[in-house]
Amino acid sequence: MLTKTEVLDESLFVEIAGELDLKIADKLRTELDRLIDENPGKELILDFSNVNFIDSSGLGVLLGRYKKVYSTGNKIYIKDVQPQVKRVLELSGITRLINVTDLYRGVGGVNND
Amino acid sequence: MTKKSDKVLNLLRMEFLSLQENVGLARVAVASFAAQDDLTLNELEEIKVAVSEAVSNSIIHGYDNSEEGIIKVNIIRYEDRMKIEVIDEGKGIEDVDQAVQPAFSTDPERMGLGFVFMGSFMDTLTVNSKPGSGTQVIMEKRIVNNLKN
Repeated sequence: MLTKTEVLDESLFVEIAGELDLKIADKLRTELDRLIDENPGKELILDFSNVNFIDSSGLGVLLGRYKKVYSTGNKIYIKDVQPQVKRVLELSGITRLINVTDLYRGVGGVNND
Repeated sequence: MTKKSDKVLNLLRMEFLSLQENVGLARVAVASFAAQDDLTLNELEEIKVAVSEAVSNSIIHGYDNSEEGIIKVNIIRYEDRMKIEVIDEGKGIEDVDQAVQPAFSTDPERMGLGFVFMGSFMDTLTVNSKPGSGTQVIMEKRIVNNLKN
């Protein structure tokens, strides 16, 4: 699920893989919260290149992490989102809170170009 | 509006326990059934999300996360559409009109988007429920094969 994590100077980079649904929601929430708590005051960059499904259970985890990170004055970015996942993110309205971006394409040593 | 055709071309019935891992199973089974038609990747994804939401609702709300409930999923292919039914015998919904509203959730960590996704990803959505007598979600997706290829 979390296939790679890197603690950078100003950000926490996390690669997530799999289908973000009810089955993994609790575990994903716990693991992300642990990382955020262990590395406070950093922005969170989630690499979604290997996330191939998301529904409202997965979105709920993202929304909760957004609130947690935002409460310390930081932001969440999601990079390299597959088109079908991006569509669900956009329809949910969560893209108004969380930046879905290619800005961090080079971060974390992952480059899909 | 043309009259709906009631000729059944194919049918799949599933019955499984209200386990979290069965959300993915139901989603993949329905998508495999639907993929026999010439649907776009977007349409298949829409069906997957809709099924995932309905089955998750049955587990979380219908059965309060108990793993002993039974969930039935039926998928019926008519000439012009695909009908998906997700049925549980759980506690039911007090106020269906309220439950289908965007951002209505009884859990702060959820977005309250389950029914919104079902409604926007499928062409029709009907929710039949009463407290104590389970919930039946019926969704249909129009299929227009002859417009493809």
